[in-house]
Amino acid sequence: MSDLAFHLPVLQVLIPLLAAPLCFLLRNEAIVRVFTVAVSFTCFAISMSLLGQVIDGQVVVYEFGGWARPFGIEYRVDILNAFVLVVVSGIAAVVFSAGPGQARRVIPEGREYLFYSAALLCLTGLLGVTITGDVFNIFVFLEISSLSSYILIALGQSRRALMAAFSYLIMGTIGATFLLIGIGLMYQMTGTLNMVDMAERLRDVSHTRTIFVALAFVVVGISIKLAVFPLHQWLPNAYTFAPPMVSAFLASTATKVAYYLLVRFCFGIFGLTLVFEKVGIDVLLLPLSVAAMFVGSIAAIYQTDFKRLLAYSSIAQIGYMTLGLSLATEAGVSAGLIHVFNHALMKGALFLVAACVAWRMGGTSIEAMKGLGQRMPMTMAAMVVAGLALVGVPGTVGFVSKWALVSAALEKGELFIAFLIMASSVLALVYVWKLVEVAYFATPEAEIEKKEAPLRMLIPTWILVGASIYFGIFSGFAVEVADLAAAQLFAAGM
Amino acid sequence: MMDLAEHLLARWNYLAVIILMMIGLYITISRGNLVKKVMGMNVFQVSVILLYVSMGKVSGGTAPILIEGEPEVLYSNPLPHVLMLTAIVVGVASTALGLALVVRVKEAYETVEEDEIVALDRAEDERGRPGSVH
Repeated sequence: MSDLAFHLPVLQVLIPLLAAPLCFLLRNEAIVRVFTVAVSFTCFAISMSLLGQVIDGQVVVYEFGGWARPFGIEYRVDILNAFVLVVVSGIAAVVFSAGPGQARRVIPEGREYLFYSAALLCLTGLLGVTITGDVFNIFVFLEISSLSSYILIALGQSRRALMAAFSYLIMGTIGATFLLIGIGLMYQMTGTLNMVDMAERLRDVSHTRTIFVALAFVVVGISIKLAVFPLHQWLPNAYTFAPPMVSAFLASTATKVAYYLLVRFCFGIFGLTLVFEKVGIDVLLLPLSVAAMFVGSIAAIYQTDFKRLLAYSSIAQIGYMTLGLSLATEAGVSAGLIHVFNHALMKGALFLVAACVAWRMGGTSIEAMKGLGQRMPMTMAAMVVAGLALVGVPGTVGFVSKWALVSAALEKGELFIAFLIMASSVLALVYVWKLVEVAYFATPEAEIEKKEAPLRMLIPTWILVGASIYFGIFSGFAVEVADLAAAQLFAAGM
Repeated sequence: MMDLAEHLLARWNYLAVIILMMIGLYITISRGNLVKKVMGMNVFQVSVILLYVSMGKVSGGTAPILIEGEPEVLYSNPLPHVLMLTAIVVGVASTALGLALVVRVKEAYETVEEDEIVALDRAEDERGRPGSVH
């Protein structure tokens, strides 16, 4: 047993990595489906167990082949990445159990195993990025997750999915290559790729221009993957035209992992002093975050497609996360992390609702959602609850993160920022209300016939909706873990 | 002015990397042909490989193969080369996937010019019905 506990960090990545080619060999649709869900739940169990191991402040280090740093590569789990691992693998477990959704009609009969292979590879990459303690490893895992997500997006029903995937491929590759350039410059100055060693050695060279340039490349590279306004151009199309399940998975995991990377590089490697005092990226990141909050929300109001509306809303929500980061305080980082957890639940739930709508209606145009309140009452009820969470109504997770964010802003004396956070929530109310109005108050053109989405899609949706209520009322878990993670990050950086 | 030229010439390897990088990035951004975009992306990725390989060179160092019995020998740093083997694999994979997508785009739209694809999508929007792969 203790042996197993010791090997958990590597199993976290190894299990989905080996499961992907196994899917390829199993082929049988029913078996592959059950297998994928089993694998993703195993990953979730492992990440929960890892979080249990590190929650008291101890750091789990797994040295590959027994080679200690600086010679070997190590996986390094602290509270911060254990928390992100839980979010990613938890969402994967719930979303994968709902199946590929609409993608079924596009994937030729008997080829569904390829979909699951790609999905598991994507999960592998995301978990790998999060768990590794080696910066070059980050690049490799990032590309594993990106390449498989391009494939998943291209599986969308419309031919526009192909162009969406292509644009994402170009943008994503440029982003990852920027990160690679940054890592190269950092290696040049420090002679190491290990995050801990790098952070130590960077202190002596942090005044050099090479490191300034490295910081710029790393931050811009990650910002492309994170879709920070104005680098978000790839996101709306990718999320709109991808198969519904893929949108649900990527929206609640891929950008979260990119956010984790930004936090790790800013606070864990470059260090607070360099990033915020010497270079001052908050001067740039803070206005961009606020702009994202407003531009994303306002754009969402004018959308005519449910999924595209959710995609623009995601851009706004990413703005909240980067806002937390750019406050550069422990409370701010903690608020950002709380929002990572909460936004994963809400947006996962809403994209699953979109998947249910697409399943029944064949599309997600808001026009076609007229009268869905009577037609698919359970699905639409889920949309209302998750939508209210997105606005930040008390009793939902959205309120918890807005509260944390506003308190963090007030603590730093940024009264105006706190006001802007509230103001942008009103915009969220507008676009959520638009959906509710169409679903419940608009008169449908055709006869109403009650027809729900299949249970295997409805249950995962309600699990996420239930979680966004549960963690809204009993907010202890996310808030405590995020606080501990931020405290550990700041203690190490000092 | 002479100082600047001297400064740059002493670092000609970085100059080569930057020129190559900008060529790649410019092609990716400016060309409407999807195949050219992928090729530009590839040039951009290759420039980073040059950056890494040139930073692994130690002045006066020999190839990093251990010469036994001579502890004084100066070796070049082999690590960047090893990293770039992985980056080459990543580059090949993303180029291949990019080109595969272009093939699918060609099948679906019967063109690989971005502006024509945008026009087709716009025309479809005006007719008010979503496109389909089939």
